[in-house]
Amino acid sequence: MAKYITRRVFYMFITFFLIATATFFLMKALPGSPISSASKLSPSQLAVVEAKYGLDQPIPVQYAKYMLNLAQGDLGNSFQFKNASVTDLIIDRLGPSMLLGTQGLVLGVALGILLGMIAALRQNTVWDYGSTFVAIIGISIPSFVFATFLQYWLAVKWELFPVALWKDGWMSSVLPSIALAMGPLATASRFIRTEMIEVLSSDYITLAKSKGATGFEIAFKHAFRNALIPLVTVLGPLAAGLLTGSLVIEQIFAIPGIGEQFVKSIMSNDFSIIMGTTLFFSAFLIVVIFLVDVLYGIIDPRIRLSGGKD
Amino acid sequence: MNHDLQKPPADSFERIQIDASHAERITKPSLSFWQDAWLRIRKNKAAIVSMFLLLFIIIMAFVGPMISPHDAKTQTITHANLPPKVPGIEKLGIMDGVGVLAGKEVDLYEMKKVDTYYWFGTDGLGRDMFSRVWEGTQISLFIAFVAALIDMVIGVAYGGVSGYYGGRVDDVLQRIVEILYGIPTLVIVILMLTFMEPGITAIIIAITITGWIGMSRIVRGQVLKFKNQEFVLASRTLGATNGRIISKHILPNILGIIIINTMFTIPSAIFFEAFLSFIGLGLQPPEASLGTLINDGYKLIKFQPHILLFPSIIISLLMISFNLLGDGLRDALDPKMKD
Repeated sequence: MAKYITRRVFYMFITFFLIATATFFLMKALPGSPISSASKLSPSQLAVVEAKYGLDQPIPVQYAKYMLNLAQGDLGNSFQFKNASVTDLIIDRLGPSMLLGTQGLVLGVALGILLGMIAALRQNTVWDYGSTFVAIIGISIPSFVFATFLQYWLAVKWELFPVALWKDGWMSSVLPSIALAMGPLATASRFIRTEMIEVLSSDYITLAKSKGATGFEIAFKHAFRNALIPLVTVLGPLAAGLLTGSLVIEQIFAIPGIGEQFVKSIMSNDFSIIMGTTLFFSAFLIVVIFLVDVLYGIIDPRIRLSGGKD
Repeated sequence: MNHDLQKPPADSFERIQIDASHAERITKPSLSFWQDAWLRIRKNKAAIVSMFLLLFIIIMAFVGPMISPHDAKTQTITHANLPPKVPGIEKLGIMDGVGVLAGKEVDLYEMKKVDTYYWFGTDGLGRDMFSRVWEGTQISLFIAFVAALIDMVIGVAYGGVSGYYGGRVDDVLQRIVEILYGIPTLVIVILMLTFMEPGITAIIIAITITGWIGMSRIVRGQVLKFKNQEFVLASRTLGATNGRIISKHILPNILGIIIINTMFTIPSAIFFEAFLSFIGLGLQPPEASLGTLINDGYKLIKFQPHILLFPSIIISLLMISFNLLGDGLRDALDPKMKD
């Protein structure tokens, strides 16, 4: 276990280092200047501004400086937001994104488990087909299409929820959370259904039945707990999906989160923010996938954690 | 019928000869792997319906712009923002050219003195949405198919080499994959797109740059499984070359899994293209894909909901059918791999 974790942490650092390096050089190769209104400045003014941001130094020097700062958690300063530190900017915007992500994940997984259980316990009935249908819809309809329709019907037409912006407290987070929940809901329900069907046909369930356990007891006390374990493995991809979703959902509902900032920075060429957010996203996903793998090894002793071989 | 068993009439029996040579005869024609798979998928109604739906959408993507009386690129400003109007259906009270103007429902076709029909309405520049939606579908499908094909070729080659040759080659190739696998797809796709000139090629490269990894891992696992089996060993003993073993013995065995995987790559490529176009990193006007059309429609959702509606329906149907067909193929080609 310790050996496995050391090995994985080592790979995590290599991956992260590669992403940081690639991001840096890609950003340097970007056409266009990050300094707004660069064309209006005289050459001498431009030189002063470039010197201020260290843009006049040779690329290797800039790279070394960037990596050193990164090791200390400093992501540099934004070119556009009055020189604000990118780290602070990300921390400021973390709140709404975290709230939406958590709500979406919890809502989606909880409903998904419920749907999946119903489908497995009532296999090949209307309930089963209904739940499969919901899952297929959830997987297939792109989150931004679903979100725009939620916004159109529930907010614009029926005025049940605020249309956009982060002004009405928790009510503002309802629609975006539902839109984000669709992916986890679909994945969780299909997964739980398959697992439950498999567990329900195992020997210890037959034993529980012959001991006279009620259907309810079997479903919840015996089958459900074991069906739940493998769900941990999809948490990694689910987190990645939520992140992808958050980029568009935050855009659609005008939520001041990290995703919205990221898209905005790409449009305005603010490359210190693009780099900072990219690295933040990567670090988040790499750590989540690592934690999920370790967690899975701990809660299910049947899984042997040895090396990265398949 | 049981009561007759007591006294069966004598002439209801006939003495037959047992021919020993016929005992081993196979009476039904033997089915190839593909015939067997076809028999199984035919029973899956969802997969069959999806297949026809997909065929219909693909055909319409090419025929649609031709059968529409209007061109996708012609801008007729006087015909701007018209709601859908279809001959025949208009009598049912839907798609009859009635739209909301200043809070009141009016027949916009009558008001603007337009005497033709725009089946899906028009956009803000007076372009025919019917042609635009189908041309967008064409582009989305093209991107998805090309991306899936490239993923397949690179993935199969990489995974195949890694699994078949093993040893040090495998070690090096797998270390590379392990590092690449850690990089979130979303991050790399967006980085590539900020760097490259926006366009169809850029999107395809961005989608495929990490897309092949999943395929290569699966192919490697399968090749490892098959390369040590007896039939491969036998063929090798008989002097077959590596090329022959790969093409005649291993590839046919893993073809099913390759196809299944590709079937799931296509919808995810469609999604990624639409996603990127939606956040503004994808195709740039005047080029249009389903993603850019949805993005255009989203901006006008309050006043011109029809512009958003049609591309959204098409993309949803495409994704649903590809997923259902993929599910069906998975059950048919590899019954053991069910989920």
